[in-house]
Amino acid sequence: MALLQIIGASKRFGAVTAVDRVSLSIERGEFFALLGPSGCGKTTLLRLIAGFETPNEGRIVIDGADVTAVPPYARPVNMMFQSYALFPHLDVAGNIAFGLKQEGMARPRRAARVEEMLALVQMTGFAKRRPHELSGGQKQRVALARALAKMPKLLLLDEPLAALDRKLREETRLELTGIQERVGTTFLVVTHDQEEALGLASRIAVMNRGQLVQIGTPADIYERPGSRLVADFVGAVNLFDGTLVAGVDRLALQVAGIEAPLPLLASRDVAVGSAAALAVRPEKMRLSSARPEGFALPVTIVSVGYQGGHSTVHLTTTSGRSLRAHLPSEASLGLARGTTVWVSWSPPDAVVLTE
Amino acid sequence: MIARRSGGLFRLSALFFGFAFLYLPIALLVLYSFNGSRLVTVWGGFSIRWYGALIDNEKYRDAALTSLEIAVMAATIALVLGTCAGFAMNRFRRFRGRLVFGFMLMAPLVVPEVILGLSLLLLFVAAQSWIGWPASRGIVTVTIAHATFAACFVAVLVRAQLTVFDRVLEEAALDLGARPLAVFWRVTLPGISPALVSGWLLAFTLSLDDLVVASFVSGPSATTLPMAVYSSVRIGVTPEVNALATVFLGVVFVMVALAGWLMTRQERRRLATASLTA
Amino acid sequence: MTGMGAGLRRFLIGLPFVWLGVFFLLPLAIVAAISFAESADAIPPFKLDWTLANYRALCTGCLSVYTSSLALAALATVLCLLTGYPVAFAIARAPGVWRQLLLFLVMLPFWTSFLIRVYAWIAILQPSGLINRVLLASGLIEQPLPLLYNAFSVTLGLVYSYLPFMILPLYGSLSRLDESLIEAAADLGAPPRRVFLDVILPLSLPGVAAGCLLVFIPAIGEFVIPDLLGGPGTLMVGKMLWQEFFDNVDWPAAAAIAMALIVLLTLPLLVAQRFLEREVRRDRAP
Repeated sequence: MALLQIIGASKRFGAVTAVDRVSLSIERGEFFALLGPSGCGKTTLLRLIAGFETPNEGRIVIDGADVTAVPPYARPVNMMFQSYALFPHLDVAGNIAFGLKQEGMARPRRAARVEEMLALVQMTGFAKRRPHELSGGQKQRVALARALAKMPKLLLLDEPLAALDRKLREETRLELTGIQERVGTTFLVVTHDQEEALGLASRIAVMNRGQLVQIGTPADIYERPGSRLVADFVGAVNLFDGTLVAGVDRLALQVAGIEAPLPLLASRDVAVGSAAALAVRPEKMRLSSARPEGFALPVTIVSVGYQGGHSTVHLTTTSGRSLRAHLPSEASLGLARGTTVWVSWSPPDAVVLTE
Repeated sequence: MIARRSGGLFRLSALFFGFAFLYLPIALLVLYSFNGSRLVTVWGGFSIRWYGALIDNEKYRDAALTSLEIAVMAATIALVLGTCAGFAMNRFRRFRGRLVFGFMLMAPLVVPEVILGLSLLLLFVAAQSWIGWPASRGIVTVTIAHATFAACFVAVLVRAQLTVFDRVLEEAALDLGARPLAVFWRVTLPGISPALVSGWLLAFTLSLDDLVVASFVSGPSATTLPMAVYSSVRIGVTPEVNALATVFLGVVFVMVALAGWLMTRQERRRLATASLTA
Repeated sequence: MTGMGAGLRRFLIGLPFVWLGVFFLLPLAIVAAISFAESADAIPPFKLDWTLANYRALCTGCLSVYTSSLALAALATVLCLLTGYPVAFAIARAPGVWRQLLLFLVMLPFWTSFLIRVYAWIAILQPSGLINRVLLASGLIEQPLPLLYNAFSVTLGLVYSYLPFMILPLYGSLSRLDESLIEAAADLGAPPRRVFLDVILPLSLPGVAAGCLLVFIPAIGEFVIPDLLGGPGTLMVGKMLWQEFFDNVDWPAAAAIAMALIVLLTLPLLVAQRFLEREVRRDRAP
């Protein structure tokens, strides 16, 4: 049985529909991510699960029990807040023990659990410190420890890496996945950062305008986006819009400004004459100075952006269409502005999108 | 900043004259409390005889005790009432009678004390004839009167503090299993403690200092300190009053400084843990 | 708050509501009722009735007291504003550490006995008091100036007592003033005087209004100051009410005076309510 089931949940605030008939299933032990741009409804959905909002329609079921009408203090769910929300009048131990005190746990057991949690987040010895004495990263660990102390069935994390700088983000990401594996609790992360989602989660749900757009593993979402929206939001992408035509023993996409139609590996029910788009990830693009075999486009190099391990090369076609390619930096040496090269990709690397 | 520099002299003199004006009577009181002579016009050498006279003065002593008793009780009642009211106005956007409620919380702050005093006295008189209580006016009636208008002051402070209180803390507490009452008691109240402390102190001071309302609603058994001072002052020069004022000043100075220090400490803590995001 | 029980909510609203209703509104209603009563030689010293005699007495004798109270209160308010504004301004522009201390020093007199401080002014203003002695000694005057028991001393007393109530709201407004607005005005060519008149003053108007309301309304009904510092020519409503009540033991007359005062204050009170509500709401938006 799935740990969390959201069945047709909707939430409206006045004229605005924040969550629109969302249905979702999360299995025990998963590290799940809700990904989407600001305003897509992911935070509202999170608050519905936590119990701070009640859905206008639909149900929320946790471990087989319908919790739709259950207040937040009675749900087996705990949240790590984006601003950490540590109680300033309690020390670290008092914060972590807060939830345990509410459920009436005896003092010795409470103290033991607090020590356990402190060890889990590597904050042993910080028990007597006050929140205002902690750094941002330390506060986050305490917030995590506090949320896990009650061993909830489901842990919600609201933009856990948003406030951290890049380096800290990496380390924290590793720690979070490590802790989740060790503790075995189901984690649900809400984020607008696709790197965060791809790095943390075992499954991702992409949301936009209150609706679930696609669910899948990070590879699914990235390699096989189901729509232009997902393709564009998760990672960079080159999109070609056009009409499907019959090509040489396979379908092809006729794109404005490009003479030859782009060959497709048609894995969907797509009809000749209908509109579709082809998505090609920048790292799948190959550049060569000589015209390669098979399909290729002549392009001019606009700029080469060095980014350490790889470089982003901006290209423009003869009709003025902008494209992007990611190359290993050694391969981009010698590429100069204004040079004409050929760009190509292998058809399996391109995804056909009908939405 | 240009404006700053050129206005510096103006601002400094504004401060100087302003504070000189505010503190002139106080300075005089303190000075003459150590005056050996009775008369203000003559300096009779440094002496602390008036402090001795103050301690020996039974009338003042009894009145002081009465005033303290009333002030402690009234401040505590005012704190409870004012906290409930401030919380209600801050959190409950609409409820039946909110306009009237808001008016009742604001009016006692500005309505002249003679009106407050007279109206409450008439209430007590009417109540005595309707329900037999209060049998006689005294400490209880003064306490009720003081608690009533002091509560409005407390409500203002509590309301102001609640606007800077981060409600995410309440959500976190709910999330961790605390019921709304536990959240209020264990998270919200500690969170607004500066307002609670300063509210109690303010109510205490207002009660201790009140002459007019107490004069109306008190009875023969309960003379408050301001009432005792007032009756002395109307008769003639009373140097013990200077000593009394100086004692007041000293006590209040210490208390308020303490409260202020506590509040800045709390404020510093709050700012350090304030949300990283709006 | 999510899930806050109806019971808790009803308690939080109900407790103060009932208390204030019983101990603030109900008494005012009783005052209204007694103002129509007849003074009698009994305990309590009135007989319930429906007579307009008290109001008639008011109109014939005492209207001038109301007007002089209004005038004195208005004068005191203006003077408070003129003295308080520079002080509030100076505090708002002081470096951070000093500000807290200065505010504390402004409030400190308020925390000590009001009665005694007013009484102290007698020693300062009387013919043999501090001011006169200094002036006489320095030869600036030959006879002591009549500084006490007149409109001058009452106004001075009012300004002195209510000054903190003017300074604090003014400070509140001025301290919230965004420094960058002043810099922008200067950048656009405004000299300090114009910066003040065109930017600072208009933006501090909420504080000005709040301060004026907090001084004017209670000052009208002030008792202690006209009693200790005033003379026969400075009868104010508060003192008149006190005299009717305590000296003449005419409760109905006192009640009528109170009712007239309440009516007089209704308009300013409503203005104050509307205004202060708006200020609190504005504070909420961070």
